[in-house]
Amino acid sequence: MGLVIAALVIWGLAWWMNIRIANGAQADTKGAKLAVPAIFGLTLLVMWELIVRGLDVPMVILPAPSLIVVRFADSLPILWADFVQTVVKGALSGYVIGCAAAFVTAILVDRSDFLRRGLMPVGSFVAALPIVGTAPILVMWYGFDWQSKAAVVVVMVFFPMLVNITAGLQETTQMQRDQMKTWAAGYWQSFWTLRLPAAMPFVFNGLKISSTLALIGAIVAEFFGSPIVGMGFRISTSVGQLALDMVWAEILVAALAGSAFYGVVALIERKVTFWHPSQRG
Amino acid sequence: MMRTIFPVAVVVAVIVGLWYAACIPMNIHTAATQAERAGMVIDPEGAAERRDMGAIALALRNTGIWGDTWAQDKPRLPAPHQVVTELWETTVEKKVTSKRSLIFHGWVTLSATLLGFGIGTVAGILLAVGIVHSRAMDMSVMPWAIASQTIPILAIAPMIIVVLNSVGLQGLIPKAIISAYLSFFPVVVGMVKGFRSPSQMQIDQMRTWSASRSQTFWKLRLPASMPYLFASLKIGIAASLVGAIVGELPTGAVRGLGARLLTGSYYGQTIQIWSALFATAILAAVLVAAVAAMERATLKRMGVGR
Repeated sequence: MGLVIAALVIWGLAWWMNIRIANGAQADTKGAKLAVPAIFGLTLLVMWELIVRGLDVPMVILPAPSLIVVRFADSLPILWADFVQTVVKGALSGYVIGCAAAFVTAILVDRSDFLRRGLMPVGSFVAALPIVGTAPILVMWYGFDWQSKAAVVVVMVFFPMLVNITAGLQETTQMQRDQMKTWAAGYWQSFWTLRLPAAMPFVFNGLKISSTLALIGAIVAEFFGSPIVGMGFRISTSVGQLALDMVWAEILVAALAGSAFYGVVALIERKVTFWHPSQRG
Repeated sequence: MMRTIFPVAVVVAVIVGLWYAACIPMNIHTAATQAERAGMVIDPEGAAERRDMGAIALALRNTGIWGDTWAQDKPRLPAPHQVVTELWETTVEKKVTSKRSLIFHGWVTLSATLLGFGIGTVAGILLAVGIVHSRAMDMSVMPWAIASQTIPILAIAPMIIVVLNSVGLQGLIPKAIISAYLSFFPVVVGMVKGFRSPSQMQIDQMRTWSASRSQTFWKLRLPASMPYLFASLKIGIAASLVGAIVGELPTGAVRGLGARLLTGSYYGQTIQIWSALFATAILAAVLVAAVAAMERATLKRMGVGR
């Protein structure tokens, strides 16, 4: 019981600290903006640890964070193999293929008004569908290994990317396009120098959405069949063995991989679209 | 209107045509084996001869059995009409209570989706209200809510199912919880944006009228947030449906659209997989359309509709 009370006391203290910082004079500094969420996250972890220990929650329901960290450190080779199988082989290759295919299709769509009017409603319709459902079919077609996971990812990222790139290519104003015409620029000249740069904020929006979708697709596809390696495989088998510390370790890997993937895309976006108002603030 | 309908119809027709064409090479090997057993002459003879042959070459040398590729029992790729027939049979012709009725399975999934979506939306709006009114909450919670969108939280679905199973909760509730947390974060992020969308001038105006915080909330912030609410509801309901479907996968559930996908893939019942897939697509489209209709009606009554 003592640990639970300690948890509540720590919660109260940390919250009081956060209120002081957030409403204090230094609230707008960079340090405060980092400190407040960090304190909040740490408090949650500490409370989790103390309450799980204090109430003797069995490990099959919720392992304490310390157990998860130990498990994570102990099984680094397994986790690394799973990471390579699912993220590098499955998600990344599918992501690259899917985005490249969407890019080529978007240019075709852009060149033909008829295609745009026909394909765009279909594309945005499909983008809203639960495409993860194609996983069992693609696993059947391409086998259990990473190729089928990459295929699921391709299908998942293709339509959001297509919709975003096509919307982006419409971003230029009539005046800018007329200006390019006055300079006698051809389609490709005006594409590379005006329209593609103008489309970049949309392209990166699509790339960021797709980075999360790619990981989801690769992990969920493994629930339908996989070789004996991979994050989705490890999650579903460890759940079956009630080894929840392993499941949480995999989730930690998924979270790290997801934020790193997103972070890299966001970093490239910063470099590429430095001119956009949202990046200059 | 005609300007869109005609191109869309053409694109859809082309897709269906490509689909039929793709069925030929996908199913030609099994179709050839079947036809040979039935006594037809296939070129080249014997399944072993054909095993290493390219599907397209085989299809070109045996144009006579193209029709069979569209009528397989367990095809690698079922033809569109097979999927439509299966959909029709399992929705209209089966009784709703039957274990093979897609309406029955669809309802199992839909009920979990809607319950979870409701919980997630209400919780998300409440948290957004807290975030807008408390600076400490904003600074503590908001970075985590945004970060949570970049990680594949769907991965914890199997664990939630099994953990809740071990404490005695089964069926609807665990799936609804997955749906709830998937729709929760988009709603939080969207609604915080929405509640903050009134301009400084509008907020100052409320102040000049000496409006209280709650008055400002009900009369300015809440109405102003409506477009944002519906945008995030559309994302949320689609995410909820995915959550409910994935929630049906890990425990080997026997009911629900996800279970249809899974059992279909265990037994190689491709037509069943495809019809379940189309059922989920139709369900998703209907749900998003319902939210969009609500959006139009609400915005129209508020006088900001287009």
